[in-house]
Amino acid sequence: MAEKFDVIVVGAGPAGTACAYTLAKAGVNVLLIERGEYPGSKNVMGGVLYRKMMDDIIPEFYKEAPVERHIVEQRFMMLDQESAVTFSYKGLEWDQEPYNNFTVLRAKFDQWFADQAVKQGALLINETVVRECIVENGKVVGVRTDRPEGDLYADVVVLADGVNSLLAKSLGFHKEFRPDEVALAVMEVLKLDKKIIEDRFSLEGNQGCTFEIFGDSTKGVLGTAWLYTNKDSVNIGVGAMLSGLIKHKMKPYELLDYVKNHPVLRPYIQGCEQQEYLAHLIPEGGYHSMPRVVGNGVIVVGDAAQLVNAIHREGSNMAMASGVMAADTIIQARELGGDFSERGLDNYRVNLLNSFVGQDLKKYKDATHHFEKFPHYFDKYIPMMNRAASQMFTIDGTPKREKQKKIWNDLGSAGEKFRMARDLFQAWRVMK
Amino acid sequence: MLHIVACIKQVPDTKIIKMNPKTNTMDRSSAPAILNPYDAHAVEEAVRLKARYGGIVSVVTMGPPPAVKAIKKCIEIGADEGYMITDRAFAGADTLATSYALTKALEKIAKIRPIDLIICGKMTIDGDTGQVGPGIARRLDIPPLTNVKKVVEINKAEGFAVIHRKLEDGHEVIQSSLPCLFSVEKDINEIPYSPLPNMLKAARYQPHIWSVDDLEEVDRTLLGLKGSPTIVSKVWPPEKPKGGEQLQGTPAEQVDRLLEILLTKKELFAVKGGE
Repeated sequence: MAEKFDVIVVGAGPAGTACAYTLAKAGVNVLLIERGEYPGSKNVMGGVLYRKMMDDIIPEFYKEAPVERHIVEQRFMMLDQESAVTFSYKGLEWDQEPYNNFTVLRAKFDQWFADQAVKQGALLINETVVRECIVENGKVVGVRTDRPEGDLYADVVVLADGVNSLLAKSLGFHKEFRPDEVALAVMEVLKLDKKIIEDRFSLEGNQGCTFEIFGDSTKGVLGTAWLYTNKDSVNIGVGAMLSGLIKHKMKPYELLDYVKNHPVLRPYIQGCEQQEYLAHLIPEGGYHSMPRVVGNGVIVVGDAAQLVNAIHREGSNMAMASGVMAADTIIQARELGGDFSERGLDNYRVNLLNSFVGQDLKKYKDATHHFEKFPHYFDKYIPMMNRAASQMFTIDGTPKREKQKKIWNDLGSAGEKFRMARDLFQAWRVMK
Repeated sequence: MLHIVACIKQVPDTKIIKMNPKTNTMDRSSAPAILNPYDAHAVEEAVRLKARYGGIVSVVTMGPPPAVKAIKKCIEIGADEGYMITDRAFAGADTLATSYALTKALEKIAKIRPIDLIICGKMTIDGDTGQVGPGIARRLDIPPLTNVKKVVEINKAEGFAVIHRKLEDGHEVIQSSLPCLFSVEKDINEIPYSPLPNMLKAARYQPHIWSVDDLEEVDRTLLGLKGSPTIVSKVWPPEKPKGGEQLQGTPAEQVDRLLEILLTKKELFAVKGGE
């Protein structure tokens, strides 16, 4: 006789674990199923974890959790082939508790987070793949795993199975994502001595900094590169929309090699030893790509529901928020007599859309698509900015007024200037 | 009804472990802790014998608290009970002290349920000695049967076991009295993908954990570092083999070159001891 749980959560990433943690804490009998050897072993992100959502789930988690460094400086680089215009903010208000955000290594952090869910009473099994949802009379009633005697039943199944969410797809909640709905990111973890990191990035103790790098880092394709400091390693990665990579016939690892050897970036990672190479899809379709998130006996959370804000590099926080909202909805449905139909669970969808998650996704609903349609933001305006800065800061005896004139002329003909103004206005419109 | 006890150990995965070049010791943090692969086969064989003859499979380990994970792995394979002895007094033990401590644990387990058969892995991948199994057998005064690659029969009523021992050029068939101790080769069985109910059982399972005070009639001078006459005078990583050739060119060229090497270098196919 197959066992029955109150809730089965598929996938022990931030969304699934947040959901299982919240349910277990409320005394719900929950099973968390992870396909990897341990939670985190298959999970990838650039490396920044925002404090707020995690802190709401486990207050002052950073005192115990394996975080790498707390971020005190964020740099934004507009990269050209041999130059960069950088904007940076360093704030020591971020150097004290409760901090703003952290770099984390997911293999360590996710494992710790899942351990906390287990401590609350969730049951965790690893190395087990859920092949499909068991559907009876139009309702999801359990899961079928790849193990012998592998069926399990539950009142509600929460799908936190990540960006490809084969399970949500097999339920008909979404189609195969288009190449303009997902970004492909590749990243390396490079070992670097703690002392060298602190010297090279002007950091003290556990302070950390992040670089977001635009422009030549993706050779003009819509995307970004990043460089984040861990305790004794750095993450360097690059991600670009799959459609752009296909169109420009670029291979992601070649792009990463290019970034690593870029003359502006190379000095930061000199002498590193490669520790890990990771690649992952990121759902960046935003609001327009959100699949159905609730069905009879089933809820979709995290990356599986495409909850990523590509513009602000947020994802894990949205994942956690969605996991908690799913748990709260299930707890409420149990209290109200146990209606786990689509209607009974619809509060999850409503709460999700009304929360910062839904609002931010709505706000930026056209951003990714807009920037993809107009590549000159990346391949034209960023080099232009670099040329302007070079003009301005090169002291060669030319009067400043003449320099400004040169910069103005560099913007092109009147028609091109008009187009640029229009582009900037439109960019502002999709971002506002 | 047989009571079979498998002795197991959690070890760093030596396939990927790094050596600290300064101290020439293993950097244990560089590799995940796993169930010693030989021990997994020992547990699997115990589970198979249980399926054949009926009975109970227990596992026992000595190690630090995180070694509970290795016991859970054994429950996934199909073990029924897990016992762990953990105490600072056991720390730093060589194979002599380890076999003594495990013997004391086995004596205690035997009081709960008499033991018919003990199965160990042939050796651990971090120590490579293969001494603990025979050490336990000697202390318990039961026959040690090493390099077991097949169990033909366990006959509890008549009190004997028949097994195959792997030899350099074949195997020998041995009949032994029961209880006895096997240490098993990897090729004794294949470990199947565990059924889901085992996974759930393992996730919920809490092993019996004993400290040195829970064991009876223990001579503490024989435990841990104190009870370990072995001195490790030097550890060094084996020299990396030199030579070799990396093939260059297009895939087709590389295949041609590889074929040429395989066809001309006869020594690659030389069989030890002639044709």
